Amino acid sequence: MANAAIELRGINKSFGAVRANRDISLEIPQGTIHGIIGENGAGKSTLMSILYGFYQADSGEIYVNGRKAAIVTPNDAIAAGIGMVHQHFMLVENFTVLENVVLGAEGSPLLNAGLARARSELQRLEKEYGLEVDPDAVIENLAVGLQQRVEILKALFRGADILILDEPTGVLTPAEADHLFRILRKLKEEGKTVVLITHKLREIMAVTDNVSVMRQGEMVATRKTSETTVEELAELMVGRRVLLRVEKGEAKPAGFRLSVKGLTVKDARGVPMVKDVSFDVRGGEIVGIAGVAGNGQSELIEAIAGTRKAEAGEVLLAGEPIDVTGTADPAELRERGLAHVPEDRHNVGLVLPFEENENSILGYHGQQKYLKGPFLNIEAIRDDARQKIEKYDIRPADCRLKTANFSGGNQQKIVLAREMEQDPDVLIVGQPTRGVDVGAIEFIHKRLIDMRDQGKAVLLVSVELDEIRSLSDRILVMFDGRIVGERGPDATEGELGLLMAGVEAREAAE
Amino acid sequence: MSTPYAKLPAWVDYGLIPFINLVVAFLVAGLVVLLVGESPIQAAGLLIKGAFGSGAGIGYTLYYATSFIFTGLAVAVAFHCGLFNIGGEGQAYVGGLGVALVCLTFDGILPWWINFPLAILGAAAVGAIWAMIPGWLQAKRGSHIVITTIMFNFIAASLMVYLLVGALKPANSMAPQTRTFAEGAHLPKLDWLLEMFGATIRSTPLNLSFVLALVMAVAVWALIWRTRLGYEIRTRGFSPKAARYAGINEARIIVVTMMISGALAGMMALNPVMGDQHRLQLDFVTGAGFVGIAVALMGRSHPAGIVPAAVLFGMLYQGGAEISFVMPNISRDMIVIIQGLVILFAGALEHMFRPTVQTIFASLRPSAVGLGTAKSEGA
Amino acid sequence: MDFFHLIVQLLDATVRVSVPLLLACLAGLYSERSGIFDIGLEGKMLAGAFAGAATAAVYGSAWLGALAAVTVSVFLALVHGFASITHRGNQIVSGVAINFIAAGSTVILGQAWFRQGGRTPSLGAEARFNPITLPGADALRDVPIVGPIYSDIISGHSLLVYFAFLMVPFTWWVLFRTRFGLRLRAVGENPAAVDTAGISVTWLRYRAVICTGVLTGLAGTYLAVSQNAGFVKDMTAGKGFIALAALIFAKWRPVPAMFACLLFGFLDAFAIRFQGIALPLIGKVPVQLMQALPYILTVVLLAGFIGRAIPPKAGGVAYVKER
Repeated sequence: MANAAIELRGINKSFGAVRANRDISLEIPQGTIHGIIGENGAGKSTLMSILYGFYQADSGEIYVNGRKAAIVTPNDAIAAGIGMVHQHFMLVENFTVLENVVLGAEGSPLLNAGLARARSELQRLEKEYGLEVDPDAVIENLAVGLQQRVEILKALFRGADILILDEPTGVLTPAEADHLFRILRKLKEEGKTVVLITHKLREIMAVTDNVSVMRQGEMVATRKTSETTVEELAELMVGRRVLLRVEKGEAKPAGFRLSVKGLTVKDARGVPMVKDVSFDVRGGEIVGIAGVAGNGQSELIEAIAGTRKAEAGEVLLAGEPIDVTGTADPAELRERGLAHVPEDRHNVGLVLPFEENENSILGYHGQQKYLKGPFLNIEAIRDDARQKIEKYDIRPADCRLKTANFSGGNQQKIVLAREMEQDPDVLIVGQPTRGVDVGAIEFIHKRLIDMRDQGKAVLLVSVELDEIRSLSDRILVMFDGRIVGERGPDATEGELGLLMAGVEAREAAE
Repeated sequence: MSTPYAKLPAWVDYGLIPFINLVVAFLVAGLVVLLVGESPIQAAGLLIKGAFGSGAGIGYTLYYATSFIFTGLAVAVAFHCGLFNIGGEGQAYVGGLGVALVCLTFDGILPWWINFPLAILGAAAVGAIWAMIPGWLQAKRGSHIVITTIMFNFIAASLMVYLLVGALKPANSMAPQTRTFAEGAHLPKLDWLLEMFGATIRSTPLNLSFVLALVMAVAVWALIWRTRLGYEIRTRGFSPKAARYAGINEARIIVVTMMISGALAGMMALNPVMGDQHRLQLDFVTGAGFVGIAVALMGRSHPAGIVPAAVLFGMLYQGGAEISFVMPNISRDMIVIIQGLVILFAGALEHMFRPTVQTIFASLRPSAVGLGTAKSEGA
Repeated sequence: MDFFHLIVQLLDATVRVSVPLLLACLAGLYSERSGIFDIGLEGKMLAGAFAGAATAAVYGSAWLGALAAVTVSVFLALVHGFASITHRGNQIVSGVAINFIAAGSTVILGQAWFRQGGRTPSLGAEARFNPITLPGADALRDVPIVGPIYSDIISGHSLLVYFAFLMVPFTWWVLFRTRFGLRLRAVGENPAAVDTAGISVTWLRYRAVICTGVLTGLAGTYLAVSQNAGFVKDMTAGKGFIALAALIFAKWRPVPAMFACLLFGFLDAFAIRFQGIALPLIGKVPVQLMQALPYILTVVLLAGFIGRAIPPKAGGVAYVKER
């Protein structure tokens, strides 16, 4: 057997008290596409960053092509023939493609020679792998798929034989992703080794030769892709976790509480992220929005909640319009009965250096019960916080503790308690259980069902398909800024997965 | 994710580390004293004697401290909103204009106890307006507030020179200053306060604005930690995104915070102009606006820290004058060095000693420090 | 011809007063392009001026003075680097600190060493950088138009003046034609890209602040050892901040930086030349307005009313490897 392109032995890495990688060993044969799969936070990216010299392992050994390699900096990795395409592109936005490609591999102190060499090399790579891109284009003017191509070119230009791609399809359209896979196969044909990190099973099945599964910082299995199934991988990924089953009764939908009509939202760069989206949410039902991250879900809920300006469209809250294209104000919307649990609780939903009780009024701090004239009613605020702590079993039960010192699950409970205890008519929830421990997940899910049963309208956005399926009464699938399908709670994972991947509903039926 | 600066006991965070930073700043200052051929220990003795050794010394110390409390509070309020107001110097300078206009208009007509509140309003209003413009430019046009406030310091200086050699100067005078105010615009001295404690003194410039400064320190505490506005200021300061989510009007908060900051800086002018010199002079601020940066950093933006920090700097100013009598090589510019060193060590290098302190604590009580637990778990 | 003579005088003065601005402005350009904000240009220039004048006075050599100025200024730049690169401290705070340390220590040390009220002893001609007469300047003097322009405006300056203006194309060349320049620009925009390309962000930024130190040292040398004959307390008088304003005005580009410095220098020269004189059409322009104009213009520019000044994207933010 040929030498393994990469062999890892006993890699350990901790960040503070968090053990991101535990005793990981792995062999990746030359000239193969090797998938590494695991849930968010399983330690995949950390492992690859160690391999690329971006972090240093606390212990363990790395062998490249059979030789022990001391990879301490990215330079060492590059010298060993390892290239990496990061999840967040490492490109200088106001540089040209050519400048980005040569950065760090200029060859000589003067630029011209290096740039000329890079230009001809790019032409060669373009022919060889079908990696077309204008060398003089400025990065910020390129589409995401092309930017990723520049990243691949950067690695190949440095003579990489081993290419690591970290969640490469998260930001790509299906067409772009397919193109990427064609490029990867081509690379393999040319004898390169490709390591593909992802949490999408479909991709693993589509392009890899072998697959390794990570769970909670450990490498739990390695399989030949042809000899495994999606089901087996899924089980390995989540472990013995019991499939989420939430007890819930029949939904009793009442009148429309939230109506969205023709909503269009652009991101900061002016790219439309939400395109002409329309739907309704009734009282007494949970409407789940499923979709791969980055397909416009975030922008959609931000626009409805008034934290992001919409380009066009109409939103009705209990029949009354919200001025989403103009002066929609989150504070005013709260008064009108719209509560919002944001996706990013660390930077948006909470002020981490605040005491717990201060966070438990964030957004509602203008309410008379928390004020005495222009002053805060400290006693009332703390009493209120203590009640919520008890009711939501927030631990430690100390309303004076800094919020940063609570665990993820308890932080999320602080947000939920704040938003739910205001007795809103409509609750918008983004990623309610991201980074939350299992015990808290159950609690949070039960609370959401309770809200529904009290006749509230709940709009749920989550990238966890399990969560969407077990909680929602209706499921809307979002892809590329549009709602591409609506399904009942009994929709299968495969059916939703195809919709999320942008495959037309009709094809799915076939 | 865990920060590299895991938990340390609060007293270490708020007491020990700032104290170490301060000590290092003074040690380096001591080296400078050595460099000019004097004894740092003798200098420190002279400093303390000069500042607290006599009633007059204490009076002067507190007089200087008064100005620094105002400017320190001004910088701190802006810090809480995540804004760095370097413009305290200019805001205090134009604040003097507000004081002078009130005093020149009413000094012959009204008694001091009516002129005082009017002058407070005048100083605060002009200072607030001067700070409002950079605030507005930051909020609405995205201009970097550090740069604009620096620019406004220079613009303020030019404006004040223009007025003091022009419109504000009495026709028959050559000096670039206003006429001396009449009795009605003299703030009462606080010499009696010191005499109550048994000190006998001739006369010091310590005046009623010292009491105003203390009142403002309490008011700033209440504003930041006890009002809705303060809550919104802190929210914006920690996380602009969370502020937007909470429905806080960011532009309004930035402008209002800068106006409060500017008003506090402007009030500093009351102390020298109405309390001591009784006229508006060229360059009367003499760097107090910048001292405010050091005071706010040292006091960790909390009034309970700012007041002692301001007294410390008042002590340096007064004691520094005393040193220069005995040690001709050391002038009051020594204070400027110390000020710079305090800003460097308590501000820019505030985390320098933290890892060391943390390691020491980890070795003493591993369980108390996040770092320690991680290591023992990994072993 | 009187008017022409006046213009020549004015432009000659403009060149002289622009030079310290230009050197400090280019100094700031290196640092800020690498993502390290530097409001301590003023302090480094002042410390350089003092060290230069003191050394030149003691050893009687302008060159030793320049060397000392650069050394001290680079030291302060390294302090700024230590605080803001190594310890990821607040760059604004660090810059403010350096300004104060320089302002205080130049006076204290000056008084202790020379006892002339914070001044350094007056430098003789042999200890200064003296005006250089370019070849043919005397011969051409009487040629109309071209003569005075060449012999008065272009010729007759010290070495540092020519150096400053040569630094403009040189800086452009470094920035856009060398490997160092490419990396410098990259690290100010996206340090993570530089880091993953296998280049040390720390060392790159340190090199940038060293460049800043060298140039502010020379700016100080020009002030104290060429333009004047010694150091005077606070002799930079805000020039470091005008240089900063010029840098913003030039949108962090070398050639526009030169024009911005010439513009601000011209305003200064104009204000001095026409102090208290009534001009046709405008009347008497207050000298204070002229002095404030660079600052006012910069504020207006920053407000986006005339173009937009967008600083390097990673400026002011310490680089932390994200997880």
